Amino acid sequence: MRLVLTPEQRELREAVRSFLAAASPPAKARDGYDPAVHARLNGELGLSGLTVPEEYGGAGAGMAELAVALEETGAALLPGPFLATAFAALALTRAPDKELLAGVAEGRVAATLALPVVAGGLTARARSGGGVTVHGTLQQVLSAAEADVLLAALPGAPAGESVTDRPGESSGGEPDGLGESSGGGLVLVAVDLGGPGVRRVPLETLDLTRGQARVELDGAPARVLGPLGAEGAAAVADLVAVALAAEQLGVLRASLDAIVAYAKIRVTFGRFIGSYQGVKHKLADMHCKLEQAESIVRYAAWAADEDPAELPHAAALAQAYVGRACFEVARDHLLLYGGVGFTWEHDAHLFYKRAKADEVLLGPPRVHRARLAVLMEA
Amino acid sequence: MNLDEYRRAARAWLRDNAPTGEPANEDAIPHAKDFMARLYDAGYSGITWPARWGGQGLTQAEERAFAAEARHFSLPTYVFSIGLGMTGPTLVDRGTDEQRARFVRPLLRGEEIWCQLFSEPGAGSDVAALQTRAVRDGDRWIINGQKVWTSVAQHADWGLLLARTDPEAPKHRGLTMFVVGMRDPGVTVRPLKDMTGRAHFNEVFFDDVAVPDAHRVGEVHDGWSVAVTTLLHERLSISSGVGMGRAKDDPTSLEALRRTADTGDPLVRDDLVELHIRTRALALFNQRLGQEAESGLFPGARGSAAKLLLAELTLFEADLATRLAGPSAVVGTGDGEGAGPLAHAISLAPAMSLGGGTNEIMRNIIGERVLGLPPGPRVDKTVPFKDLKVGTQG
Repeated sequence: MRLVLTPEQRELREAVRSFLAAASPPAKARDGYDPAVHARLNGELGLSGLTVPEEYGGAGAGMAELAVALEETGAALLPGPFLATAFAALALTRAPDKELLAGVAEGRVAATLALPVVAGGLTARARSGGGVTVHGTLQQVLSAAEADVLLAALPGAPAGESVTDRPGESSGGEPDGLGESSGGGLVLVAVDLGGPGVRRVPLETLDLTRGQARVELDGAPARVLGPLGAEGAAAVADLVAVALAAEQLGVLRASLDAIVAYAKIRVTFGRFIGSYQGVKHKLADMHCKLEQAESIVRYAAWAADEDPAELPHAAALAQAYVGRACFEVARDHLLLYGGVGFTWEHDAHLFYKRAKADEVLLGPPRVHRARLAVLMEA
Repeated sequence: MNLDEYRRAARAWLRDNAPTGEPANEDAIPHAKDFMARLYDAGYSGITWPARWGGQGLTQAEERAFAAEARHFSLPTYVFSIGLGMTGPTLVDRGTDEQRARFVRPLLRGEEIWCQLFSEPGAGSDVAALQTRAVRDGDRWIINGQKVWTSVAQHADWGLLLARTDPEAPKHRGLTMFVVGMRDPGVTVRPLKDMTGRAHFNEVFFDDVAVPDAHRVGEVHDGWSVAVTTLLHERLSISSGVGMGRAKDDPTSLEALRRTADTGDPLVRDDLVELHIRTRALALFNQRLGQEAESGLFPGARGSAAKLLLAELTLFEADLATRLAGPSAVVGTGDGEGAGPLAHAISLAPAMSLGGGTNEIMRNIIGERVLGLPPGPRVDKTVPFKDLKVGTQG
């Protein structure tokens, strides 16, 4: 098990960090999504293609590298569909699609993934000429207003008027018919969010730096990318949990760094506030959370890359610990600023709100604890 | 030998040599010394210590591999833990070659037992406020004073002692470190009963005890920097559990609680999940520190974070175990053997938050040395020690 970064991973971290410090510092995050920054991030640094296999034009890197990148985009509160695209790319590792993977790797395609991975609520029907149409509403989809493509896991054998009743309609060798490819399990489908039958309603969000939208699908044409299966869907959910934890680690670290820096320059009663034990000891406790959060993220990323058997546990642990620690540190960092931390103008609330939005992104946090309890019994 | 082979060999050796059955009494010294000698002769004591001084000259990887295997046994190494974790590494780092040649090998082989003599009744968290005096007398030093909280002093052959050699200097600049013979005339060891009812510690009194100058560690008046080395090793050894021989039958461990608690109760499940999360988080952090050390990045003050987290976890664990057990946690069986394992655990739990630096001191260290926060105002750094208030006043 490797819990420290390799020299190459440290280089990647420096590259992403210095790029974001110039192109998208946290202060800029409240301006929202800047497609130009997104394009440069993917073009100059090739970040969107990090986990895309080399045969599709990506870097073929693992979760360890993606975690390094996400920690930095989290620390910068990078707006836009970067995390959502990373989620989608992780799903595509289980059902590779040449066109989408190449598009993501080149930075042409921003994608998102319906969450939780087994979302429910959507049904698919076979479409004449191949593929399917998708029906139903996803109440909250991360970065759906900015993304080009939605990926969703759908039951391969939906009840009622489904393709399984008419398997003959699927065309060619491509696994684009639900019945053939799924074996009755889950399949991964791709919906063009700019296409017909799709209505996106941007939602007002607590997190000012990254959007969510309601996605209403009314017969939206979709491509079936391949079978996912229950096991594959669970693996994708685990990978998503680890990726999110990496972003949370970045948010946690940046919050702590910011308030530590402030504690060294802000004076009250003739002393720097960081010299008061009331402040110092709280910061020390926050540092302890950072150390443990980083250790867990490295472990979870290692498990994702090297040890699939440990991944479910590592992913649940990552969300159960890092999600909470991130919010607690962001909260305490805001509080330690004093009154100014409560102002709209100050950046503290941006971290606080991102931390909260992230903590509940994959479901009520208790689901991760409940999952750990089950895994402990195994 | 690659790491897997090393691990297998260690496992086989432990299976053949580790004591089985009830953990031996901490005071069963001949038994412990016999085991330690066999451990050393097999190459499992001082795994990372320099070969020149009697260690094995291997890496943290072997050390951790052995520790992982040893965790399945209750090794009788407690009485050597101060020497292995603190005073020994200090001698390796700061001793003279004569001192290393004389002391390190017998320490590793368990032939000689060590204790550490820093704390005093008037100098706990503020160790540098200590008042025990060492006065030069030709090529020797005469020691007078009192130490406290001294683990295993009743069994020790040697002690690493910090004493004041210049009361005119500010407190950190008038201290010197010595190796003192615990069986020398003028040394009195008195057991100190702690809140568990047992005597884990001692008070040690020094009345005109003579120490040769050759047993001075580091320069005269530079004892504080030596002590800092020792304290760093102390925190690391506490947090990583080196030599602490954590009992495999600990009644507050997650494994024990899963056996005894009603795991179908959702509230119990959440408690156990919390314990699991905290245990894993700290274990992974310790592992990461170990890997960093292996790659040449010494954890330094970050070891204080591991120590603080372990202290909090220890309290949480014992507290949780008693809450899960309910009324039976606080009584024995009437057999005269004490109030039971959980009562003992909850009584012992505060020790980790106090020994080796209190949680508050750990937070100061993390704040100032890791995060670089400004220190609080100090009145004691420039004043001559003799003009300073120390201990408990009026």
